[in-house]
Amino acid sequence: MFDSLSDRLQGIVKRLKGKGRLTEADVDEVMGEIRTALLEADVNISVVRDVVARIREQAIGATVSEALDPSQQIIKIVNAELIAMLGGETLKITYASAPPTVVLMAGLQGSGKTTSAAKLARWFKSQGRQPLLVGADLQRPAAVDQLRTLGNQIGVPVFSEPGDPVTTAERGLAEAKRLGKDVLIVDTAGRLSIDEELMREVANISGKVKPHYTFLVVDAMTGQDAVSVAEAFHERLAIDGVILSKLDGDARGGAALSVKTVIGRPIAFAATGEKIDAFEQFHPDRMASRILGMGDMLTLIEQAEKVFEADKAEEAAQRMLEGQFTLEDFLEQLQQLKKMGPLSGVMGMLPGMPKEMKNAQVGDDMVKVTEAIIRSMTAEERRKPEIINGSRRTRIAKGSGTEVSDVNKLIKQFTEMQKMMKRMGVMAQPKGKQGKGGKPKINKRQAMRELSDMMGGAGMPQGFPGMPGLPGQGQDPGMPPFFK
Amino acid sequence: MLASSTPNILIIVAILATVGISGVAFMRLRKPSPKSAPETTSAPASSANDAHASVAGNEVAVSDSGSVAEMLEPKAKVEATEAGSEDTAVIDEIADLKERTAKTRGVFASAFAKVRGRSGIDQDTWDDLEETLLKADIGIGLTTRLLEPLRASVKSGEIRTADDLINALRNGMTAQLATTDRSLHLDATVGPNVWLFVGVNGVGKTTTIGKIATAERAKGTSVLMAAGDTFRAAAAEQLQVWSERSGAAFVRGAEGGDPASVIFDGIQSAAAKNITLVLGDTAGRLQNKSNLMEELKKVRRVADKAEGTVNEVLLVIDATTGQNGLSQAREFAAATDVTGVVLTKLDGSAKGGIVFAIETDLGIPVKLVGLGEGAHDLVPFTPSEYVSALFE
Repeated sequence: MFDSLSDRLQGIVKRLKGKGRLTEADVDEVMGEIRTALLEADVNISVVRDVVARIREQAIGATVSEALDPSQQIIKIVNAELIAMLGGETLKITYASAPPTVVLMAGLQGSGKTTSAAKLARWFKSQGRQPLLVGADLQRPAAVDQLRTLGNQIGVPVFSEPGDPVTTAERGLAEAKRLGKDVLIVDTAGRLSIDEELMREVANISGKVKPHYTFLVVDAMTGQDAVSVAEAFHERLAIDGVILSKLDGDARGGAALSVKTVIGRPIAFAATGEKIDAFEQFHPDRMASRILGMGDMLTLIEQAEKVFEADKAEEAAQRMLEGQFTLEDFLEQLQQLKKMGPLSGVMGMLPGMPKEMKNAQVGDDMVKVTEAIIRSMTAEERRKPEIINGSRRTRIAKGSGTEVSDVNKLIKQFTEMQKMMKRMGVMAQPKGKQGKGGKPKINKRQAMRELSDMMGGAGMPQGFPGMPGLPGQGQDPGMPPFFK
Repeated sequence: MLASSTPNILIIVAILATVGISGVAFMRLRKPSPKSAPETTSAPASSANDAHASVAGNEVAVSDSGSVAEMLEPKAKVEATEAGSEDTAVIDEIADLKERTAKTRGVFASAFAKVRGRSGIDQDTWDDLEETLLKADIGIGLTTRLLEPLRASVKSGEIRTADDLINALRNGMTAQLATTDRSLHLDATVGPNVWLFVGVNGVGKTTTIGKIATAERAKGTSVLMAAGDTFRAAAAEQLQVWSERSGAAFVRGAEGGDPASVIFDGIQSAAAKNITLVLGDTAGRLQNKSNLMEELKKVRRVADKAEGTVNEVLLVIDATTGQNGLSQAREFAAATDVTGVVLTKLDGSAKGGIVFAIETDLGIPVKLVGLGEGAHDLVPFTPSEYVSALFE
């Protein structure tokens, strides 16, 4: 939807190329683009001002390097700055010496407290703890039912009783002690930060249960208001950490940066999916490139990991490298790929995708056409596309409702792809070694490097002028940053 | 390597497949003992979540219901305001909207006071205005589009004072919201009227349905609620509470069941019982989840097949939403032909400025505004009131 920062800067940099020195006006223009990118990502305006000032300072000092393309250089600075701002101290959970360790969840309505409470309980369980959930949201109809259902799913008991939320929380604490539970998670009702009465209520709950950790749940889609909300809750409750919810959407999530900056507390966890186990500790580096719209390779790979069946994928990768990747395999991959969501969304996560390609209508219709063509081939044709002659082409085109030229194009491109894969396979072969049965055995690890180099590393094929390997560039040029 | 620079699907797919495959394989290699992936088998693991604003107390302000019914007749009201005739009822409502968003006025009012306080129009004026608009989540694109013509007018001397400038900005903003028909379509003469509610997780769909049901019941309309959110834990229970409060009929399916069939059953049941209005709830879903959006398309298709008329598909948007709201509107509109927006939680500190972009860029009118947790806290949207509430 929005241009990534790299797209924005590419245009300017093209104009600046050949200029020996950057003028003040040039720097202003670049800073303007950074500002726009951050605002489109919903970073709070006050925070944006702050970030841009810092970046300007560094950019002015750093424009001397000749080695890096200036746009890359600027992006590196911006990225590093955002990581620094998002990261810093990480929240390390230490458990109370006198259990239970009490965790209080707070936030606006609809931010995702109840689900996050359950996800957090599951996380504690996976850490070998025995949590108890307390449903102190007695306002929203059926909120406690929701918590109970979730508790059932993860095998964590839920305590709640009708009446007053403060009393319920207190009784919950007593219950946790009685049952010998070592973690207590108190879910509270959503409330507006400006609602005096309800803010007082949650402060009362906090006063009674004396939480060791108070988490503010923030929706990743939140706009400029995230700052005032965070400030208001922090003032009342002394927030220890933030849980960023709904990060599996396509919001850039600038709110994360705003909240972190304003209350100075780390983002502890991020909810990355609807499943109860889609909950993990926060990665500042991924968030930074996401805010800048520069793709999120690791998330992409993780998504892929979820939908691609590991065995099949590995097999396919093997065949790919041996040059035996057939249209049949390709079709299979296509099916898996479709599970990852609309192509445009997936593409958005790829770093270094050129703008023209991103904007091209890579609608899922195109996938359909490709699929139709392959499906109109016989099994033999899929295995050996070279046997597809003129009359076969006409038949395939008819069968798939396409033109012969479409079929030609697909076959040609597939052949090219196959060649490329084969070449990579050869590169990946360990010299002089032969596997069992005289078949050249492929060094998988090496091969995977080659494959991933193509994507994130400096080995991005031509025609994909992007930003090779963004954060932490230069330590190991062969590897994309996230594999370090 | 991939020489062809023309975008073509095969290359893209190849790349993506490569990423996927290499990623999977690499991750596997890194983990020597891959977990045998004990997927949580129980599907309904509630999506992002709770939301749905709660109700203050158990009592619904039934005594208030006369005016509630009025609030839900926006058409008459819009026409009245447009004609400039200051109906007292309208004034009451304006006062209401203004008063109830009053808590949040601070920033705007003080920013404009600052602008007015300066002797002339200078760079600081523009910075203040821009910041104010950005803070309302109007977005940098539209903010620039709003301020650009004003800069020109100031330059040409057409606008000289800060007051004129602010007024011009206000007019410019109101003009962005140019839709004239913001009514909710209800025709009692044809079979059941179906209103579907869609949106991302936690925006307040279920609560909005509860409020509308209360208002429509108070007007004497017979209402049926269909609990199409079969995914989130206890979503149907939440809606059921609302049906009991409002006296609406209620249809639900099994948790984890097919939402389309629940909606279908609801409409059929309403047709059999001669019920005028069916309010169809759907599970919250993020707009980038293609499988869930496909499911929603199916809900829409199936609803069309039942013995009723789908005449409203209302997209519920949380006022705290930032620029992602535009993407929400675009994707939901593509999937379900959204007919209007309900802007919820406007009683908080957020301004909901993303609706400007939604209405101007996508032509989807805002129809209702949620101003609180009570059953009567849903009012029709009128551009002038909304913009006034931002300015004063």
